[in-house]
Amino acid sequence: MLFYIFAILAILSGAFMVLTRNLLYAGFSLLVTLLSLAGIYVLLFADFIAVTQLMVYVGGVLVLILFGIMLSSRVHDKSVLSENVNTVWGPLVSGLLLVGLGYTILKAEIASLPWLLTADTDVLGPQKSTVQSIGIKLMTDVVVPFEVASLLLLIALIGAAYIATDKPKV
Amino acid sequence: MLAFVLTLVLLLLVVIVLAYAERKVAAFMQDRLGPTEAGPYGSLQPALDVLKLLQKEDIVPAAADKALFKLAPILIFAAVFAGFAVIPFTPATVPAGIGIGVFYLLAIISLDVIGLLMAGWGSNNKYAMLGAMRSVAQIVSYEIPAGLAILSVVMICQSLDFQEISYQQGALMNQFPGMEYDMNWLFGIRELGINTTTIGGITTWNIFRAPILLVAFVIYFIASLAESNRAPFDIPEAESELVAGFHVEYSGFRFAVLFLAEYSMMVLVSLVAVVLFLGSWNTPLPNIGPVSLAYWTSGTVGEVSGILWGAFWLISKTFVLLFVQLQLRWTYPRLRVDQLMHLCWKVLTPVALGVVLIAGIWRLLMI
Repeated sequence: MLFYIFAILAILSGAFMVLTRNLLYAGFSLLVTLLSLAGIYVLLFADFIAVTQLMVYVGGVLVLILFGIMLSSRVHDKSVLSENVNTVWGPLVSGLLLVGLGYTILKAEIASLPWLLTADTDVLGPQKSTVQSIGIKLMTDVVVPFEVASLLLLIALIGAAYIATDKPKV
Repeated sequence: MLAFVLTLVLLLLVVIVLAYAERKVAAFMQDRLGPTEAGPYGSLQPALDVLKLLQKEDIVPAAADKALFKLAPILIFAAVFAGFAVIPFTPATVPAGIGIGVFYLLAIISLDVIGLLMAGWGSNNKYAMLGAMRSVAQIVSYEIPAGLAILSVVMICQSLDFQEISYQQGALMNQFPGMEYDMNWLFGIRELGINTTTIGGITTWNIFRAPILLVAFVIYFIASLAESNRAPFDIPEAESELVAGFHVEYSGFRFAVLFLAEYSMMVLVSLVAVVLFLGSWNTPLPNIGPVSLAYWTSGTVGEVSGILWGAFWLISKTFVLLFVQLQLRWTYPRLRVDQLMHLCWKVLTPVALGVVLIAGIWRLLMI
């Protein structure tokens, strides 16, 4: 039941985001989409992922997007509206994606997936959240991708600081 | 549902007391009397203020973005109020005892920022817009030192659960499921050989368990002042420049909600500071030999005595912090924007990074 509420909210706000001409409304409906996705994550027992999603996307990315829209909303005394571009390639690519996803889902035989058959059992067991297992995995099995991601973020940070500094006149 | 209603009632009571205290503290610091007419010593003043606000006309500016303007106060208050869900009020009562409470709190507070932007934009007023921009810039940057200070606590406590962190800071520690055999040592260092598990009281508070957290506490407190837009960090509401900041166009009930959200934010950050650093609902009195003050002033977990003592200690510690917030407002002048950013990025953040490093080393000594 809860899942359907969150799913409908996500789909409606996603559709509104695509269809509205007002960029700012699109930004705020993205907020609803992200919140309902976080709700779906919680229903999937992925509490850490849900909160991380809120932290990174709502607290960081969305604020940045809104700031960008607000600071650049009146170019030449005209408010910026989103326009229709890529009228051929856009529908084509998204249609292909839909077909591909639909095909995969139909082929997957969801009813016989091993993790679905054991869905009735208590996933978390004695643990209270998924943090411990995620932490252990990050430090053992997937430590290389983890470190590479942190290096990438560090490079991005240094690059941003470099771009933002005033260059001293030579 | 019950937790929702109880928390809301408690919050409203605390905010009303706080609004009264703000006026009285401000008055005494300026050698005035403050409200005296309504009720004994003017104590009915905040209730009457609210009553007056509710009677006012609800004005929506003609040129405002009506939907956003009306939605913003609800979003701001909902974001702050959602943070109260993970705060443990007594040893046995916490509205939602989820395992990643600290992380959840940090994330849900950031929703507040979206509401501020919505209010500033929806008002279609340049003062409101500037106020919202300043407020958001300030909150987003001060989240970093605050987050690092909280991170050092999490490293010392090895937990993201507020209730587990609370139990670790008192004589009742061994009653928490999963920590039956854990022990506290003086200053957290096992080598000293002084076992404080049953002594409890102030010796097991986080600022005592790992003295480096005292620095983290100061950093968190400064950053939390900025996050709740309190003086000396109140440039988003600088009356002399911006009239009132992002809520300049609001009136009546909507203004009351924004006002409530602002005071709730103050209460929330103080509660978090108390829970993480100052021993949560634990008593400050230690057991000294046969005089077991800590047990006498803690009650029994799960019974009425435990609930009353826990709530009493938590709320009185919170009020001490809130009083400091009020006092600071009349002690320090407002910071300029460049001073604000200097303090955040060049002072607090490097110190907080150092504290995180030392907290990690300290944790190694605690094992």
